[in-house]
Amino acid sequence: MPEYESHEYDVIVIGAGGAGLRAAIEAKERGLRTALVCKSLLGKAHTVMAEGGAAAAMGNVWPEDNWQVHFRDTMRGGKLLNNWRMAQLHAQEAPDRIYELERWGALFDRTADGRILQRDFGGHRYARLAHVGDRTGLEMIRTLQQRAVALDVDVYMECKVLRLLKDAEGRVSGAIAYWRASGDYVEFRAKAVVVATGSVGKSWLYTSNSWESTGDGHAMALWAGADVIDMECIQFHPTGMVWPLSVRGILVTEGVRGDGGVLRNSEGARFMFDYIPAMFAAETADSEAEADRWYEDHLHNRRPPELLPRDEVARSINSEVKAGRGGPHGGVFLDIASRRSAEYIRRRLPSMYHQFKELAGVDITAEPMEVGPTCHYIMGGIRVDADTEATTVPGLFAAGEVAAGLHGANRLGGNSLSDLLVFGRRAGMAAADFAEGRSGAPSPEAGDVERALSDAEAPFGREGGESPYDLHQSLQRTMQALVGIIRTESELVEALEELDELDDRATRVSVTGGRVYNPGWNLATDLPSMLTVSRLVAKGALERRESRGGHTRDDYPKADPELGKVNFVQRLGSGGEFTIAPEPLPEMPPELQRLLEEEHS
Amino acid sequence: MSELTMRVWRGDPEGGAFTDYPMPAVEGEVVLDVIHRIQAGPAPDLACRWNCKAGKCGSCSAEINGVPRLMCMTRMDELPTEEPVVVAPMRTFPVIRDLVTDVSFNYEVARRIPPFTPGPPPPGGYRMKQQDVERGQEFRKCIECFMCQDVCHVIRDHEENKTAFAGPRFFIRLMELDSHPLDEEDRREFTRHDAGLGYCNITKCCTEVCPEHIRITDNGIIPMKERVIDTAYDPVVWLGRKIVRRGARRPASTAGTAGEQPAAEESATA
Amino acid sequence: MSTLEDVEPVSVNLGGVRGGPDVRTLRRDAWWRFPAATTVFLTVIVTYLAWAIFQNAYYFVGASAHRDLISPFYSPCITGSCVPGAHGTFLVLHWWTITPAIFAAAIPGGFRFTCYYYRKAYYRSFWQAPPACAVADGHSRYTGESRFPLVFQNAHRYFWFLALVFNVILTIDAVMAFRMPGQGGIGVSIGTLVLVVNAALLWAYSLSCHFCRHACGGHVNQFSKAPVRYRLWKFLTPLNHRHMEIAWLSLFWVTFADLYIRLVASGWISDPKLF
Repeated sequence: MPEYESHEYDVIVIGAGGAGLRAAIEAKERGLRTALVCKSLLGKAHTVMAEGGAAAAMGNVWPEDNWQVHFRDTMRGGKLLNNWRMAQLHAQEAPDRIYELERWGALFDRTADGRILQRDFGGHRYARLAHVGDRTGLEMIRTLQQRAVALDVDVYMECKVLRLLKDAEGRVSGAIAYWRASGDYVEFRAKAVVVATGSVGKSWLYTSNSWESTGDGHAMALWAGADVIDMECIQFHPTGMVWPLSVRGILVTEGVRGDGGVLRNSEGARFMFDYIPAMFAAETADSEAEADRWYEDHLHNRRPPELLPRDEVARSINSEVKAGRGGPHGGVFLDIASRRSAEYIRRRLPSMYHQFKELAGVDITAEPMEVGPTCHYIMGGIRVDADTEATTVPGLFAAGEVAAGLHGANRLGGNSLSDLLVFGRRAGMAAADFAEGRSGAPSPEAGDVERALSDAEAPFGREGGESPYDLHQSLQRTMQALVGIIRTESELVEALEELDELDDRATRVSVTGGRVYNPGWNLATDLPSMLTVSRLVAKGALERRESRGGHTRDDYPKADPELGKVNFVQRLGSGGEFTIAPEPLPEMPPELQRLLEEEHS
Repeated sequence: MSELTMRVWRGDPEGGAFTDYPMPAVEGEVVLDVIHRIQAGPAPDLACRWNCKAGKCGSCSAEINGVPRLMCMTRMDELPTEEPVVVAPMRTFPVIRDLVTDVSFNYEVARRIPPFTPGPPPPGGYRMKQQDVERGQEFRKCIECFMCQDVCHVIRDHEENKTAFAGPRFFIRLMELDSHPLDEEDRREFTRHDAGLGYCNITKCCTEVCPEHIRITDNGIIPMKERVIDTAYDPVVWLGRKIVRRGARRPASTAGTAGEQPAAEESATA
Repeated sequence: MSTLEDVEPVSVNLGGVRGGPDVRTLRRDAWWRFPAATTVFLTVIVTYLAWAIFQNAYYFVGASAHRDLISPFYSPCITGSCVPGAHGTFLVLHWWTITPAIFAAAIPGGFRFTCYYYRKAYYRSFWQAPPACAVADGHSRYTGESRFPLVFQNAHRYFWFLALVFNVILTIDAVMAFRMPGQGGIGVSIGTLVLVVNAALLWAYSLSCHFCRHACGGHVNQFSKAPVRYRLWKFLTPLNHRHMEIAWLSLFWVTFADLYIRLVASGWISDPKLF
């Protein structure tokens, strides 16, 4: 077995995006020995890509706004599959978390009277998103990063965690990882572990996610015995770039449509008028004239159908392309050029203008963009206790996108950044409590380390086997084609068969070169997580026989009220197999139930 | 499809050399795409750092045809492809492998910057107007690609200066903090003395390579130089301050820690 | 005040092997064009000015030619050697016999020498530190402006104040250039326009100066509490961002103004009256 170094901490946090940083800050402020372990350099996590803002009912623009309204919006957006307690905590605590960022040096855009400005976004009743132009995520991660550095949190950068480690009593007691720069292994012994590893998007071909989004946290938690829920609920953002191929999937912000952009098919028709679901008919314009008036006069006109929830728009685009009315590269046209002046577009959407100009050679002030759905966010994930973010395994906590519950079946734009702050902090607190309450040095079982290291080393021992790059591409093709935005039983079954085959191929992966910053090997160590989460998603999608939020079944196009009351819980069986079963959602107290009902007026 | 040649530097701390990879040209690609195709084909272990591939994280900095650029934002069709496209790692930092360099210098400097230190919030919370935050917001656009650090000849050509020079990225950070409307610490002496602002001879290469188009020199470094002159090199201001003691801000200590200092940690950090 | 020597060094490992080949640069574009052009341009202008300053003649076109035009380099003409008619009104240093242009060489010359833009230009071209971005500077040791003598570049602001005096004087000269003694008393000639544009460009150069922007508002931390300084700062910012263009244009123009007056004064050309 290769040599490895070892470090002992009270709390280690895996992942240095918004949630991980916030958790580490909290534990460190409590005076605990805290380490932050991340796969990339500090400050590069996927949080930097968030554009719109962080939703918090501060009421700076609309004094009418309060946590109850935010709670209601979140629950309705999530098709009531949310964990009510998380939605409540999130709505109540988000404003404090935003003000806290300001105390740590963040510079949000301001209102005329000097408070934090808030912007409108889909699904939010009031302007609620604290923001900095279209780079809110960058501001957030930099602020948290600088705070963590000021507190002198130990940071292990470019350090990829392979497995969580447990002690003889089944408590999570650390993790085994390797330095990407040297390829050397490193063991962390810790009294409590927080996973904040983000998304799973890299299993799809077209995604807005960065390479880090391989679902490490989901997989590691599952392997350690934790429950994961509702993995089928994945948000496909309706507008990603489709051309050139190399940039396919990169996000085109919702702001384009908010500022007047419309969707057209190859015949030039605004097809969204043909896809207005009954549920939203009362609040959606049914003529182009009315929709166009809405931008000027919200009160007397209904919203354009382009601003329907993300899941609706994504499905409609998909249908148009399938019906043969798509553009030359398999997308539809998002047109703002013919509707707004070039000057307006450049002022309101500077980064979109540059993104298309520099990457696609398209001048969005003169021609339409071709766009299509792109894999964006997973609402499902590790099952956690709402107040403490404790998973079902003692000593293990989860926060951010890797944890499930807050967003239900569909996430509202802006709720993810505030999610990171609210539950990152709570996870840090609870992990600190747990570490303080735990006596004795953490002592992970040596066998776990040995297994993890021999698995990691294995690809070096094989010759002429599968290329990790080929395997990754095959996985992406499978998931894109069979577990994409619209799902159906036969395709999901086929996907699971193909995943069996890919699992088999994964045992034959071989890599060349040494361990020092070897991307082929790095990818090979990511593949087990990707294969695991892909299976969780496919199994969840097969099992949930309804359409709800981010999960759409061609063969069950309607929401099933009974299935709306359950989470599909997956865990590892005693024989290493995946089991899945529905379990009832926590019951909402009547006073919150009433909040939801009141709003139907 | 036509062919193009990628001339990529391969090497490690022992040394290295350029290797040519003939690749088919594909429409609309950026340099990073071609590097990825090389990884998936002839050189699976070719090391390169990248994350978002959308110009937002600042990971994939390299020197393309000799100029520091983000690989994900450099389109192949803007480069002359009749000759090889030369891709080399950032020169200023020690190489780890191939295109990946050890940028820990920057994180070391970041630890030394005196952190944001606001005064206590007034009743009702802090208030700042848009005009108060705009100047700092420009500096906070920084994605920490470290290309300004890479191109700065103060450390690029004189490695020994690294011990005494913070570099452009941190001068704009210091300017951001020093001009922050809520911050109460005086960072001018730190900037002059510890961060070595005087080493900068304002030749503006940092501004030229900034992918976020931050006016590092005009809006950051020079205003900071002027602030330093106010306190260190201006006898008139010095005399004025002797007579009327105004604007006395707390001078920043040189240790980059805030709040209570917790017990000593295990050593190893990245 | 502590010195740079007692700084606690950044704990960084030096001597790591640096990536890429050991060559001066990998750039393949014509990076040498800018430093080369700057060297040529500055050399030509400085050589001409040195000659013009020490020529100590043909800098004034007076009443005999129905004009009142003085070269910007010889104003204020307050030395004993000044040609009749060009003298300042209030102050004449009769004991001074060498060229009056020495003032212009010292004050506006010093202002430009310490200017943040010109520093960039001559560091890149003459000092080759660095000649261009990502091209090695070739010096064995480098301490920048952190110690003697370059630490005196920080005196830029004093030159700025002194140069303002010259701006005022040259503005008066521009006004005087409307005088046409014996030719209707007042009018506009090419020479008038040359001096008016000259004064305007010199003001633009002073106003776009980085120190000016700092002193007028840049030093303020909370702009909302200093609305006047904020407005000034906002006004000066775009000017400041064009400092390079203004620096070249004003240098070119002031040289041209001297040349024009020199040509008229020496009788090579005449200064046509426009209206």
